[in-house]
Amino acid sequence: MDTSTNTPQGSSSHAPTAASKITARDLNFFYGTYHALKNINLDIAEKRITAFIGPSGCGKSTLLRVFNRMYDLYPGHYATGKIMMNGNDILDAKQDVIALRARVGMVFQKPTPFPMSIYENIAFGVKLYERLSSGEMDERVEWALRKAALWDETKDKLRQSGLSLSGGQQQRLCIARAVAVKPEVLLLDEPTSALDPISTAKIEELVNELKADYTITIATHNMQQAARVSDYTAYMYLGELIEFDITDKIFINPGRKETEDYITGRFG
Amino acid sequence: MGAVHHTPVAPQGASFQPGMSHSIPESRLKRQRWYDLAFRNTTRLFASLVLVLLSGILVTLIVGSWPAIKAFGPEFLISTEWNPVTKKFGGLVPVFGTLTTSFIALLIGIPVSFGIATFLTELSPLWLRRPIGTAIELLAAIPSIIYGMWGLFIFAPIFAEHIQPWMIDHLGPIWLIGPLFKGAPQGIGILSAGIILAIMVIPFIASVMRDVFEVVPPMLKESAYAVGATTWEVVWNVVLPYTKIGVVGGILLGLGRALGETMAVTFVIGNAHRVGTSLFSPGNSIASALANEFTEADGVLYTSALVELGLILFLITFIVLALSKILLYQLAKREGTLT
Repeated sequence: MDTSTNTPQGSSSHAPTAASKITARDLNFFYGTYHALKNINLDIAEKRITAFIGPSGCGKSTLLRVFNRMYDLYPGHYATGKIMMNGNDILDAKQDVIALRARVGMVFQKPTPFPMSIYENIAFGVKLYERLSSGEMDERVEWALRKAALWDETKDKLRQSGLSLSGGQQQRLCIARAVAVKPEVLLLDEPTSALDPISTAKIEELVNELKADYTITIATHNMQQAARVSDYTAYMYLGELIEFDITDKIFINPGRKETEDYITGRFG
Repeated sequence: MGAVHHTPVAPQGASFQPGMSHSIPESRLKRQRWYDLAFRNTTRLFASLVLVLLSGILVTLIVGSWPAIKAFGPEFLISTEWNPVTKKFGGLVPVFGTLTTSFIALLIGIPVSFGIATFLTELSPLWLRRPIGTAIELLAAIPSIIYGMWGLFIFAPIFAEHIQPWMIDHLGPIWLIGPLFKGAPQGIGILSAGIILAIMVIPFIASVMRDVFEVVPPMLKESAYAVGATTWEVVWNVVLPYTKIGVVGGILLGLGRALGETMAVTFVIGNAHRVGTSLFSPGNSIASALANEFTEADGVLYTSALVELGLILFLITFIVLALSKILLYQLAKREGTLT
């Protein structure tokens, strides 16, 4: 594949240096007739954190939802182009969407615990793919909750409803739930936008630890958050990928005027 | 009240000063208080009307059925005898008929309604949602007498000619449930009444289910899809538990209709005072017994026996309501919202 295709802006928007897990080429996305993503070319580095920033409506959430084909649920939403992951084009009509979503986990803007116990919240996804004995399942639940730094707070009340937890705990439960099925990629769609600063700090810390095992992408409207947690940052505006580079470079020495205006708060 | 107004000389342009509120005349305040009191008492009156009506009906039913209760005692519930000549009455046949037909109605109606609601909220293309949704609402609005006529003149003959013989051949030999599908294919009977009732309750249950499924936050469903669940797994494990109170409410609404349905059942149930082991045999339900026999009921005991049937129907509804509350409580406990 020709990876040197230039974007219309002429900047080489795609690729950071580390090995890439996901590569998007000429990706366009449409909500019916609305053109929401325009010619996106980028590589997402394996076991790194890639942040997407930009004003509301710039397409960062849309982009994440393309990576697990969540848009498939809605009639009229479609994507064109190619997204390669593990050598397959995940946009291919033959791609098994259910299997894809088991490999690409997602956490949403608001905590969304399922209406069941904390234990069942974690076990739900695991049960869909693996037949574990109850002992193994107990271990898996503990492992996932530890990964999400939630074990100590919940180990005595695993049978209580997931809804009984605080907002920050619920969001960590959702991360644990996503981690429990052992995905390769985690999509975090503004995961702290409904949380208080302390919970936000915990989640950020957690994301940083998870990067050892997972490829993580995070959409955020909080630029400081992107600067704090990510290795690479992409600035998007009106459906276009304006600039994509190592996070430090984006925040200290952005290559494009638009990026600079946005991160210095002159716009957005 | 009675505070000295020492309003300072107002700076020009100030239109509001502290202390202004004192100038609302006392009479006006009094009037407002009176209105509020009247309003509160009126609403309270209307609300208590509910309790008065409920207890009024209950008392009337008990008083009306007292002669029968005295004459037959608890045996009324287990006796199948219904003889106006010898003045011996037992309620088992209609009670059994009401319960069986309603049970059949729910047995068929709940899964079908669940399927309709799931299709409409999760799977249907957009352009099909409105027509099907409207059709369901129209079905719910059809008067029951029309279902009865349709059941007797159209459904029953087709059922007798094509479906019942098939059931006799294929379900009859099956162990345990076989005897339920034996007997003459007459078209009318317990099973036909149950099926007609199912058709009648489906619009109720399906539209309630659709409405409550629609209010499930899309993000919650998406997060279930996001761990790789299929539509079935999402609906069964997430949507249904999330909406269980509404779903049980919808089922109760349907069951209420099935238990009390009179006209349609009367047309197709056969109105025979016996209990057969076969679902093909004609039977009777409480509501249709009441509708059929009140006009010809002579004598205190006959009328009183019919009123007692009414009382039993009332109690059945009450028990069903109580059971559903217990069910919801158990579900909540299993889910962990109660500790």
